[in-house]
Amino acid sequence: MDTQNQVVDRLRSVFRSGITIPEQFRRAQLTQLMSMIKDNEELILNALHKDLAKPKFEAILSEVDIVINDLHYAINNLSSWMKPEYASKNLATKLDDCFIRREPLGVVLIIGAWNYPLQLLLLPLVGAIAAGNCAVIKPSEVSAATDRLIAELVPKYLSQDCYAVVSGGPEETKALLQNRFDHIFYTGSQAVARSILQAASVHLTPVTLELGGKCPCIIYGRVSIPDAARRLVWAKFFNGGQSCVAPDYVLCSQATCDALLPALRKVLEDFYTKEPQSSSDFSRIVSPRHWTRLMELLGKSSGKVVLGGESNQEDKYIAPTVVVDVAEDDALMQEEIFGPILPIITVESLEKGIEFVNRKEKPLALYVFSDESSVINTVLENTSSGGFCSNDGIVHMTLPSMPFGGVGASGWGSYHGRWGFEAFSHRRACMLRGWALERLNALRYPPYTEEKLSWLRWTTSAKSSCSLM
Amino acid sequence: MSGPPSPSPARWFKALRRTRLGEPCLKTYPLECVDLLKRARVAFQAGRTLKEVFRLGQLEAVVRMLEEHECDFVDALGRDLHKPRFETIVSELILVKNEALYAINNLKKWMQPQHVERNLSTTLDECLVVSEPLGVVFIMGTWCSPVQMCLVPLVGAIAAGNCAFISPSVSTAHTAELLHRLIPFYLDNECFHVILAGTNDLPEVVELKFDHVFFTGNREEGSRIAQAAARTLTPVTLILGGKNPCYVDQHCEVATTAQRIAWARFHNAGQSLVAPDYILCHTDVKARLVQALKCSLMQFYGSDPRESRSYGRMVNLELFNRTRDLLWRSGKVAVGGQVIEAEKYIAPTILTEVVEQDPIMQQDVFGPVLPVLTVDNMDEAIAFINKQEKPLCVYAYSSNSKVISRLMSETSSGSFCSNDSVLQSLMVALPFGGVGASGMGSYHGRHSFDTFSHRKSCLLRSTRFECVTYLRYPPYEDRNLSLMTWASTLSQKSQGWCQIL
Repeated sequence: MDTQNQVVDRLRSVFRSGITIPEQFRRAQLTQLMSMIKDNEELILNALHKDLAKPKFEAILSEVDIVINDLHYAINNLSSWMKPEYASKNLATKLDDCFIRREPLGVVLIIGAWNYPLQLLLLPLVGAIAAGNCAVIKPSEVSAATDRLIAELVPKYLSQDCYAVVSGGPEETKALLQNRFDHIFYTGSQAVARSILQAASVHLTPVTLELGGKCPCIIYGRVSIPDAARRLVWAKFFNGGQSCVAPDYVLCSQATCDALLPALRKVLEDFYTKEPQSSSDFSRIVSPRHWTRLMELLGKSSGKVVLGGESNQEDKYIAPTVVVDVAEDDALMQEEIFGPILPIITVESLEKGIEFVNRKEKPLALYVFSDESSVINTVLENTSSGGFCSNDGIVHMTLPSMPFGGVGASGWGSYHGRWGFEAFSHRRACMLRGWALERLNALRYPPYTEEKLSWLRWTTSAKSSCSLM
Repeated sequence: MSGPPSPSPARWFKALRRTRLGEPCLKTYPLECVDLLKRARVAFQAGRTLKEVFRLGQLEAVVRMLEEHECDFVDALGRDLHKPRFETIVSELILVKNEALYAINNLKKWMQPQHVERNLSTTLDECLVVSEPLGVVFIMGTWCSPVQMCLVPLVGAIAAGNCAFISPSVSTAHTAELLHRLIPFYLDNECFHVILAGTNDLPEVVELKFDHVFFTGNREEGSRIAQAAARTLTPVTLILGGKNPCYVDQHCEVATTAQRIAWARFHNAGQSLVAPDYILCHTDVKARLVQALKCSLMQFYGSDPRESRSYGRMVNLELFNRTRDLLWRSGKVAVGGQVIEAEKYIAPTILTEVVEQDPIMQQDVFGPVLPVLTVDNMDEAIAFINKQEKPLCVYAYSSNSKVISRLMSETSSGSFCSNDSVLQSLMVALPFGGVGASGMGSYHGRHSFDTFSHRKSCLLRSTRFECVTYLRYPPYEDRNLSLMTWASTLSQKSQGWCQIL
């Protein structure tokens, strides 16, 4: 069994041999990855159910299908992504070739998270493979069943020379980070991100960070409450609220809150029945430690539980819960909730709501429910977040054509679709010159004269911007 | 023509006091930085930098500053680096002006949201990617091209709608002081600040927490900045120097090759991040190349470059000593080799019989000394290049396009140029940056704008049309799942993908 260092060294020498570069190789590996998922769907669903009690429906949509979609997208577009991008030329370079090449970085490290154990590990891998890299992937040990399954399946389908799965806890990850990688892709928490960044900065390794945050959901103005409630509940309680892009808390007026509560109650009943614990469509909390964390938050909160609140430790179950009368300094507002608890905070006006949001760190996603486009635009233009969605939640991250990533405290870099390919590529500027036009070139050579300077100045006159250098 | 905005009385007084003393005032104290940062944040929160009209105004002010103070810049750079007037104007002032004009001409387009491909369930929605500013950014320039390295990123930061701090290198003290004095007269005093800090103090300033940090310099300094940024979870762009290899093939136009290499290596007395650091020359052509280089140098700087007004000096004694050491302890001097400590002058020097173990091959050569190593063939050159860290640039001179192609595809570097040097880093349409040990991120032209922006994905839906969305709600039914999967596969065949949420 190789040690981690040996694995990384081996992958590096394989990368140097150039086998991951040709388009056919990349396409073949992507196709293999697709087979891996399709052939083993049952096993995958079972593992996800074991880890998170994830309903089969949710698992197929948010773990299986989303990766398969991205794989199709990558396979179909790989040729065009790999083509050099020609740049516009200027007077002096008209006879030259100026283009940007996308080149692989080398050996990359992808660290997954436990809430969507397959998607958050494999979606970046699609980008890494498409870009021509070798990769070390490290599934989250918290979602243990999926971790084991990935460690077992990946070597069977993907080239063992180029891709390796490394499993383990925080200690093993720390040791892994002592190695030098050419890019690190991390999904998870801010605290861990800091230590990853510090390890990376020693080797000058670039990092993509997909971190969470408290994603606000503003409901304001003229809005259809039943429709908004339905979409909000779906986005919030999908995967038991354990999504980095789930609406974390709601900001609305007191009147809206009053109208919202019965609508929420009705939708929750429609979705999960009056006894959500018995519904097979509602997930569980991933581990006893996280269950305890959530229950403590709820306990410390000074808000009032108006819906749900039931829990069962053995089952790691927390009912879909709505809390009102929550103040800004409440326990529920101090960290990302990451569970099926929805605080509703009342604000007097849209401006106050926007100020509230801007007092906090930039979140991964920001939501607005309103039928008034002026409200939507006001929020869009006066706040900053990784992504934005109006009148729905989560779905903005399912489009491969849109970059998915954070800003500020919610991270940096992005992926999905072409953006994944770009995240793991180096854009190399290339200029291929000929020997001709040396007379023109000579304008820049010493000995420097006023005449040469005038010529050069003339070519960079006011409105145009041209460089004759 | 409207004059520059009148400065606040406090700044005017400071500027006056400084010019009277005649000595550049060399430190912005940490407490002062904290205060300036607070002011910049307040200005940013108030939305000052967001409007297109504001950004255009600031960019135009940058252009005006360079035009109105051309003589001052020429003078300052002359004193700091003995930089010839021509080089200052062309490679510092015109370069920044080009970038500013390019940004001005394209700003509207860059600020437009981009519409993206939609899928079946979002055809009635708007899907856009919007570029937003990051906030307050920190730009640190190095001393070899002190004006350009601070102001080109600044152009990008302004265009993207940010507030910014710039820290010109204090090694080029007169230029740093000039920027510190001039910028308040041209740019908004709340949004843009010039601070003067020694290299060792920079990590402390980074830790005050900015929204993006942009650093140009050498690897050790870059690593310290990266670590300071890691402590505060700040994204960085690093443009780091390295050893840029230059392969000269036996089939090439030797005279032109020599001209282009000589210009690239010896302008600014060799103090450039993108100059060819060493030559890997095919044995067949070495003698001719060295002779041709000798001719080019004679043509450029005359028989005594010390007398030439087109030739620079080393920035300080420390660098002078370091370069002179490397010169004396490596290979054999084929051309040049004269040094004069009192003037920080090192003649344009070519070294031959250099081997891999020589001191000059162990560090970046940031001066007018060009080692020439010989290789028997291209494979040897490629292997040699790949043994080193990835540099900012790889250069190859050959008339054979297959040779060029191989050099390009079998090596990795920030950028690549065949049959010339440095030029690829000056084009506004090409990204300029490093990879691996030569850094991360890139800039120039639109890439500067993107570096200092966040691309926010926006999906604007309506609640009215449930369309196919209703299929996704609990209670989950296999029937709905099959419908969604079937619709997915339909679209996959035509568009290649579909997400039906």
